[in-house]
Amino acid sequence: MVSVCFYFQVHQPYRLRKDYSFFDIGLNHFYEDEEANREICNKVSQKCYLPTNNLMLELINRFKGKFKVSYSISGLALDQFEKFNPEVIQSFQQLAKTGNVEFINETYYHSLSFLYSRAEFKRQVSLHKKKIKELFGYNPKTFRNTELIYNNELGKFIEGMGFSTLLSEGADHILGWRSPNFLYQPKDCYKLNLMLKNYKLSDDIAFRFSNRGWEEYPLTADKYARWIHNISGNGELVNLFMDYETFGEHHWQDTGIFDFMRALPGEILKHSDFQFITPCEARKYYTPVARINVPYYISWADLERDLTAWIGNPMQDSATEMAYALEKKVLASRNPDLISVWRRLLASDHFYYMCTKWFSDGDVHKYFNPFNSPYDAYLVYMNVLNDLKISLDRNAPSKG
Amino acid sequence: MKILMLGWEFPPFISGGLGNACYGITTGLIKNGVQVLFVIPTRRGQQISQDIQVYGADEIPLLNPRVKTTFRRKGDAKRTLEWLEYSPELEISPYYTSPELMHSHQIDLTVPLSKTARNKYLAEGALLEFTGNYGKNLLSEVRKFELVAQSIGLLEKFDLIHAHDWFTYPAGVRARQVSGKPLIVHVHATEFDRSGENMNREVYNIEKYGMEQADKIIAVSFYTRNIITKYYGIDPAKIEVVHNAVNKDRQLERYSIKKNFDEKIVLFLGRVTMQKGPEYFLEAANIVLKKMDNVRFVMAGSGDMLPRMIVRMAQLRIADKFHFTGFLRGIQVEKMYALSDLYVMPSVSEPFGLTPFEALLYDVPIIISRQSGAAELLKNAIKLDFWDVDKLAATISNIIQSKEMANDIVERCQEEIKDIGWYNAGRRIKDIYQKLLKTDKV
Repeated sequence: MVSVCFYFQVHQPYRLRKDYSFFDIGLNHFYEDEEANREICNKVSQKCYLPTNNLMLELINRFKGKFKVSYSISGLALDQFEKFNPEVIQSFQQLAKTGNVEFINETYYHSLSFLYSRAEFKRQVSLHKKKIKELFGYNPKTFRNTELIYNNELGKFIEGMGFSTLLSEGADHILGWRSPNFLYQPKDCYKLNLMLKNYKLSDDIAFRFSNRGWEEYPLTADKYARWIHNISGNGELVNLFMDYETFGEHHWQDTGIFDFMRALPGEILKHSDFQFITPCEARKYYTPVARINVPYYISWADLERDLTAWIGNPMQDSATEMAYALEKKVLASRNPDLISVWRRLLASDHFYYMCTKWFSDGDVHKYFNPFNSPYDAYLVYMNVLNDLKISLDRNAPSKG
Repeated sequence: MKILMLGWEFPPFISGGLGNACYGITTGLIKNGVQVLFVIPTRRGQQISQDIQVYGADEIPLLNPRVKTTFRRKGDAKRTLEWLEYSPELEISPYYTSPELMHSHQIDLTVPLSKTARNKYLAEGALLEFTGNYGKNLLSEVRKFELVAQSIGLLEKFDLIHAHDWFTYPAGVRARQVSGKPLIVHVHATEFDRSGENMNREVYNIEKYGMEQADKIIAVSFYTRNIITKYYGIDPAKIEVVHNAVNKDRQLERYSIKKNFDEKIVLFLGRVTMQKGPEYFLEAANIVLKKMDNVRFVMAGSGDMLPRMIVRMAQLRIADKFHFTGFLRGIQVEKMYALSDLYVMPSVSEPFGLTPFEALLYDVPIIISRQSGAAELLKNAIKLDFWDVDKLAATISNIIQSKEMANDIVERCQEEIKDIGWYNAGRRIKDIYQKLLKTDKV
């Protein structure tokens, strides 16, 4: 039996005000662009979250439990839905009720905290766990770190936190000759299972689906199902991990992405040797075929599949260092407003906007960057951080 | 006396000190009874000033440029005609639009036109388009400005042409040729200031050509006069020095501005470019911050070196004490000065430098580069070599730690600039006009 595992990432950061300037430091504690955040959440809810959730519900009902999906929804996205789009929460709750949906644990604030503060990392994971339990009545067993960032150390740490399954990227440079289509185990772990993304098949949907220059364009459900079926005999598990915004937002409705998804489960299930599972079910069917050694951090971003989208240039490094250096003072303030403001500033997105890697050739970084340049992103972020630091030093609660 | 003034900036369309200086000079002249007709590339459909006649070159219709009889000066008529025949401008200029064609279609003149086509489009009454920016079409706009200046030179009545900085020198020379009136070029900055030894040859050539063709040169400082004689080979006797003045209007009072934090503020304000020495400010800040905590540094302005400065600052890990504001305008500039406790102008080469005078208006003590025109007027300011970062750092620490020292600098410098005003500068320039008109023979 070969299993197909869909995991969708749902995330929306709080975008900062682009006009937060030097003159605001010490005076103005409103950092976030409330209007932009609301507009984006509204737009993406209409274009993606609501219609795609409906589609998933339709598919789960149509296949009477044979179709399953899993989600990791960042705490930042959940907070914003609760504020701007409660109907999105309700629609996820409806999906939760089917029993065919797994909710995956991550850091509440979609942060890089594992790299900078294990204590803060733990706190953010348990905050997220609590939130998932509260909203969906679900007890997560599977963990995925922000942007699928992973190494041996993370594996060990996550096992220690009691998770059964961990998701990451099936990067070529860690797999070598091996295939991502099996269950693995992190080096030094004994219980934790590691599921690695099949980036080729995932990206066929996530990135290439609407690309008219692609030789396989147009991608139909039966063609794609054939590729999946080809795995039979040389793999056990196909991990299709992608941003949920793939549906309706990265590929608009008129590309046919919804029709493709609507037809896909049927096409895959035509082959009686194929089934859908969620991550925590993998252990029921498979045992890890090998331990994978990942001494250096990997992620699912860019061609490099490393950390260079978020850290490594001097702006990113100075920003992350200064942000995490505030941890003690922030927590000591015992001011819930200050603490959550600070944590929202830890979202990896802020550092992604400061990436200069491909600044020159308008690519995916630019598409996701609300700022005109990485330099602007850095300056606004540092202005905000300086204001937060001053607020903390004054040891007076933010009046924001 | 009526002056045809050619400039590239005029408030509110300014990117640096040039526009403000042009405005000051013009008001100073008007107060001295001189009539001024000011032409800039474009005023973007706005009425610029009630008291000053300002026109955009994009609203002045072309006259047929082939009327040969209109050349009143000999000299370079041949060059001009040759230039018109081969029109290099047509190859750089991407668009050329006459009013009728404006909405129908635009002609791509990057492709050389046939003679008949060129005759048709370079027709009488056509309007040229200008952005007035310092973008990649700058050279082409400089050439177009020259064409327009020819029409003005033929149409308008004036006694003398006064052209500000290299963008307008070709236009000034052309207006001189067709009108027979004398030309003054006013040097606010040179390519040497902007680029050091790595000069743009084309810009340098235009500057040199303008200086050579001019009947008189006004330099904004002795510092600049030296550069003109040393690097452009111009006879010093042809160069007069008129220092800029500083606009003493201010809308903010220092005490009315509340600082949002306790630290002292040390300010750099200007274009973030090689000429202004931003990196010396940054490196000095780093040295100061290693020893002191109660100070913040602000780099206000924008420019080609800004990304490099931001990355360098990040590298030095002083982001909790060093800030960038980007380009500031109007009241924000005043607010920035009013917030500051020390102003630093570490220019590598500064023909004049208005900013230290502006800082003094807000009672801010100043440290200025020796390599500046401002240093000629501000004898009591602290003057340093721009490259001496350690000395700069030590001086910054001293001034922000000593209120007495800061006050002393401000008081002495303010005393020095008491009598500096645009009215006086205008009178000096008017004298130069009068002398020139007396001696000039067409």
